Amino acid sequence: MRRVYMDNNATSPLLPEVLEAMRPYFIEEFGNASSIHHHGQNTRAAVERARESVAALLGCRPSEIVFTSGGTEGDNLAIFGMAKAGDHVITSTMEHHAVLHGCRELEKRGCEVTFVPVDGRGLVDPTDVKRALRKSTRLISIMMANNETGVVQPVAEIGRIAKEADVYFHTDAVQAAGKIPIDVKEIGCDLLSISGHKMHAPQGTGVLYVRKGTLIEPLFYGGNHERQRRAGTENVPGIVALGKAAEIARTGLNDGSVAHLGQLRDHLQSEILRRVQDVGVNGEGAPRVLTTTNIHFDHIEGEALVIALDLKGLAVSTGAACSSGAIEPSHVLTAMGLPADQARASLRFSLGKQTTESDVNFALDIIPETVARLRELSPVWQKRAVSRQTSAVR
Amino acid sequence: MLQNETIAVAMSGGVDSSTVAAMLRAEGHNLVGLTAQLWNQRRLAGKPGMPEQVHGRCCSIDDVYDARRVAQDLGIPYYVVNHEERFEQDVVRPFVAEYLSGRTPIPCSLCNNHLKFDSLLIEARQIGAEKIATGHYARIEFDETDQRWLLKRGVDESRDQSYFLFGLTQEQLSRTLFPIGGMRKLDVRAKARELGLKIAEKPDSQEICFVPGGDYTKFIDAYLEESGESLPDTSGELVTTNGEVIGEHHGIHNFTVGQRKGLGVATGNPLYVLQINGAERKVTVGSGDELMSQTLRARKLNWISIEKLQEPMRVKAKIRHRHEPADATIVADGSEVMATFDVPQRAITPGQAVVFYVGDVVLGGGWIA
Repeated sequence: MRRVYMDNNATSPLLPEVLEAMRPYFIEEFGNASSIHHHGQNTRAAVERARESVAALLGCRPSEIVFTSGGTEGDNLAIFGMAKAGDHVITSTMEHHAVLHGCRELEKRGCEVTFVPVDGRGLVDPTDVKRALRKSTRLISIMMANNETGVVQPVAEIGRIAKEADVYFHTDAVQAAGKIPIDVKEIGCDLLSISGHKMHAPQGTGVLYVRKGTLIEPLFYGGNHERQRRAGTENVPGIVALGKAAEIARTGLNDGSVAHLGQLRDHLQSEILRRVQDVGVNGEGAPRVLTTTNIHFDHIEGEALVIALDLKGLAVSTGAACSSGAIEPSHVLTAMGLPADQARASLRFSLGKQTTESDVNFALDIIPETVARLRELSPVWQKRAVSRQTSAVR
Repeated sequence: MLQNETIAVAMSGGVDSSTVAAMLRAEGHNLVGLTAQLWNQRRLAGKPGMPEQVHGRCCSIDDVYDARRVAQDLGIPYYVVNHEERFEQDVVRPFVAEYLSGRTPIPCSLCNNHLKFDSLLIEARQIGAEKIATGHYARIEFDETDQRWLLKRGVDESRDQSYFLFGLTQEQLSRTLFPIGGMRKLDVRAKARELGLKIAEKPDSQEICFVPGGDYTKFIDAYLEESGESLPDTSGELVTTNGEVIGEHHGIHNFTVGQRKGLGVATGNPLYVLQINGAERKVTVGSGDELMSQTLRARKLNWISIEKLQEPMRVKAKIRHRHEPADATIVADGSEVMATFDVPQRAITPGQAVVFYVGDVVLGGGWIA
């Protein structure tokens, strides 16, 4: 069976060039980057080259890059490394759980947290952030691009507000990296996290940008790695891979390949809207990354649609998986004011560098018929059909 | 049966449903494994009377893990599907409401009617499976003469679950497979071993899946507290059949007909709950002899082997899960049925189901009024 993958916001496949770049660092170049001998020197050089590459993607100095195990660690390091008991923290209701649940834990540890709302398009209003400021505010954490809707937040405006108030600003840029240009100076952030596997590097890799002069408490204690900001032997193959992926990501923003993915996404989205009735785009009207679209297919369960599509070879996603693997309604969509049934009827399609036009056409071939079958068997849809007939008779 | 037709297997992570999946797989069917997440066991964990942590129960992470491992070993696609909302609405809420109005509910029948063979079957069909297979001990056959689907007792009498399945419609039966209905539990375990299933020795689960420890009164307290509702005051008098008040009770939901323990009164002869009057919050108690009655009225009937009850019929009627079906005559009375037993039966309990059998065949059933 043909399999098409459109869940790149969950994880993305390694690019062959990335695999090639990291391959020597398993057997030939295996040294511990902290070792003083030849082997250590070689891997240290590779780590520092990767650091420069990531710094170039983010517009910062290499010394401001801290390698982590991924987006969750970066978010946690930013939050728990900055906020202490008694501090006030501002975040939003549509953050990734890595930030949201971290902030809930901060509350338990004696911090106060303000969760600013988002509007119907999924956008945070910077004036809400400004209004939430207090004397005790230590940190603002607002994501750059949302993982479910792709909506891009006005982070530069929030950065200005943070700077004026002399408050630290962290942004989770996991879903932005490689999809939109990132310049930490333009954003005005002190901390920014990215994840390797969302940009075609391996799982278990990531970066936290920490602006020079920002004193951050580490999460782990151990050696003096990463300028005492992240103890633990460097994941050299992963770091090398992330460096390569960052280089490819930077090129992709300028050579038209991301723009091409945007055209594919727009085609997918507009054809779904044209071929299927009672659907709509979540986050429409807001700026969005070019690779993501989140669509509500009214009167059905998104969970059943995801499974039905998977059984036909198309991998997409809905909501967030709970511990058992069952789907729970998305907190992002409910935060945007979507009714629970519409939130449950929403699917996320996220494209990656491997996505082709033929993949999009494959998806467009199976989505309308699959939605039709689900609706035909949906009690809600049947009731609706009856009421439509009745009103037609009237 | 067509070999390329997809069958959804409802997998709980236990021996029975795992064996069903393995057997159908061995027969070469196209399968998809589904586990319905019905109740979040953590919801009430840690509340008074509720365990801190829940392991090895239906819908627990351990059981989902087992089900997923079986599916992986069999090489079939597997999904956990969320039916928590429907379960709460159609099983948990009615369960609580029934107790609070003085009846003794059977959540398993409601779950079969509303979840497994309704919303789960619909979802199975939506994703492309025309039939659902479960590990129930009951048999389904098609009667060519009457052109009706029949539900029959499972071959293993000690495991027979047909009592809990009386609510299935012809449509549901036509789309359901009970592959182990013709087997004994011992043989199912042997089959599981033969098919190399790692869970072949896993112990059975017996109690109500969402009531940890089986203490339903504590569950009701914890559930209402969590929903932000207070337990309605249903306390009242304990009376004898003569109307004599012999004590007080703390709430009718603590009682079930036939109960002997926990009445809070000491008398010379053993006393049993005879009747619970929800409206007057009165619990009538009496001797074991007074617990016997010869008739019952059943409501909300579902007929399986017949379209409806036209004339009086001789049947065996089963009034609770662990009841030896007893000879009775049933007569239609409007939308209800009157059953008269040949010999009086002990503790006929409102809220329980009565299921009518002719031989091994389920004629139909209803809820005891």
